[in-house]
Amino acid sequence: MPEISRDEVRHLADLARIELDDAELDHLAPQLSVILESIASIAGVAAADIPPTSHALPLTNVYRDDVVVPCLTAEQALSGAPASEQQRFSVPRILGDEQ
Amino acid sequence: MTTLLSYDDAIAAFDPAMGLEVHVELNTATKMFCGCPTEFGAEPNTQTCPTCLGLPGSLPVVNRKAVESAIRIGLALNCGVAAWCRFARKNYFYPDMPKNFQTSQYDEPIAFNGYLDVQLEGGEVFRVEIERAHMEEDTGKSTHVGGATGRIHGASHSLLDYNRAGIPLIEIVTKPIVGAGARAPEVAKAYVAELRELIKALGVSEARMEMGQMRCDVNLSLRPHGREKFGTRSETKNVNSLRSVERAARYEIQRHAAVLTSGGTIVQETRHFHEEDGSTAAGRIKEEAEDYRYFPEPDLVPVAPSREWVEELRAGLPELPSVQRKRIQADWGLSDHEMQSVLNAGAIELILATIAEGADAASARKWWMGELARRSNEDGIELAALPITPAQVARVAALVAEGSLNDKLARQVIEGVLDGDGDPDTVVEKRGLKVVSDEGALGSAVDEAIAANAAIADKVRGGNLAAAGALIGAVMKTTRGQADAKRVRELILERLAAQG
Ligand SMILES: [Zn+2]
Repeated sequence: MPEISRDEVRHLADLARIELDDAELDHLAPQLSVILESIASIAGVAAADIPPTSHALPLTNVYRDDVVVPCLTAEQALSGAPASEQQRFSVPRILGDEQ
Repeated sequence: MTTLLSYDDAIAAFDPAMGLEVHVELNTATKMFCGCPTEFGAEPNTQTCPTCLGLPGSLPVVNRKAVESAIRIGLALNCGVAAWCRFARKNYFYPDMPKNFQTSQYDEPIAFNGYLDVQLEGGEVFRVEIERAHMEEDTGKSTHVGGATGRIHGASHSLLDYNRAGIPLIEIVTKPIVGAGARAPEVAKAYVAELRELIKALGVSEARMEMGQMRCDVNLSLRPHGREKFGTRSETKNVNSLRSVERAARYEIQRHAAVLTSGGTIVQETRHFHEEDGSTAAGRIKEEAEDYRYFPEPDLVPVAPSREWVEELRAGLPELPSVQRKRIQADWGLSDHEMQSVLNAGAIELILATIAEGADAASARKWWMGELARRSNEDGIELAALPITPAQVARVAALVAEGSLNDKLARQVIEGVLDGDGDPDTVVEKRGLKVVSDEGALGSAVDEAIAANAAIADKVRGGNLAAAGALIGAVMKTTRGQADAKRVRELILERLAAQG
């Protein structure tokens, strides 16, 4: 039975730069465990004769030619952004370290 | 202030191990998974589409040309090419990928287990083993606003341009490079240099490091001599010139050694390289592979290159730089030392182009490695950046070969071209630089010289041919150097024989 520990949730929160206090960790860890468990039940359906796959269709080598197609204008690209500035997407301060 | 151990002391106590990760931006017309153009320098966010912006409902499709380039790179690096492999999502929280993941390859790279032989100063060959070469995509470009220096630290917010997000990258990863000892930094530099030549020869990227088309991460760790296990490694990111690769490796060897000898521990972290002083500075604590929660990309089907295609690509590989260098060295009859100076001067392509314009190999090499190398040193610019073309050098060589110029005049013609006076023929015209080939004029100059130097002329007549040099000098003086010394000598000897 998959279970996600409180420490694992804390670690994930660190990676996501989300601050969680003890009460939130206590609350979230069991919830995430339930979600994982539900998804894991799918594994029970697959018998040993069904190989794992990452794609629903047994296809390989689907390519496109290296030919430019029209792209979005900057206005279109930015139209869904909560905020923009200097024709760029504006995002909140990035915490932690620079990459 | 970071403490460093002296390089010699560091090497006396420790063995370095290096891992080099090189990212090469391919020169495809479109991105890895969408048809957006990849042109450099476009206005921000004018080369995006729903796929590279990660909008819901969009689907990526692989660029065939990028796969082809990846396979060719793998083959040129003596790698095996996967019969079947997949892309994977590398999940991380950072706004430079709007999808919140980078599409990369994880445990199924397209190419694996190869090597690249690199030649060190002095001719020694060092084999660098290649772990893998895999396909992935570049990230967007961030600008940090509100901080003092454009850095993240202290910034109020950041701005993202996704034009670069999705441009095909090939990441080439070496196996740990051990056994190079004190020469490890030199090996690192030679490897990146050789890889760059290879990539250029394949024509899959211009590999210009100053433009970010090729970027190197240097992983380094140390072990005390006699120990088997290496210590914790640091990863210096985005080292973007050949010289910097060498400096970063050297700096990290000295820094690690200082930490370890003083009883400290090395933190596994990424570090930033500072071009100004060659130092590195701590960055973020390195995330573990599991932190990226890689999983196979469900939106893309596997890449399964047929063996026929792979063999066709192998057959179409160009002559590789190391092979080409050996052939050229043999063709031109150069010693290892001479070849090394041609390579160090970056003259190979220029000499080849000059030969292609009709010059013979010896004179093409002579001008580029002589007069022009001298000028490039003096002016402190690369040979290739001198304002003279291989065609112009070939023309000068042709004028010398047909006897219109001697070496001295040819040097003046080259100077004229470099000074912006135009083509060699124009310079010859403008500056009146032509060998005096008018036999009459030359003949009277010779007669004058003999008359004015009767004693010397007698010596020559008496069989002391070396004395003729003084007469030749006199003729060259009256013709202001514009005579063909060989012809002058002939004329002098002819006349003295006739008079004797
Ligand atoms: Zn796109």
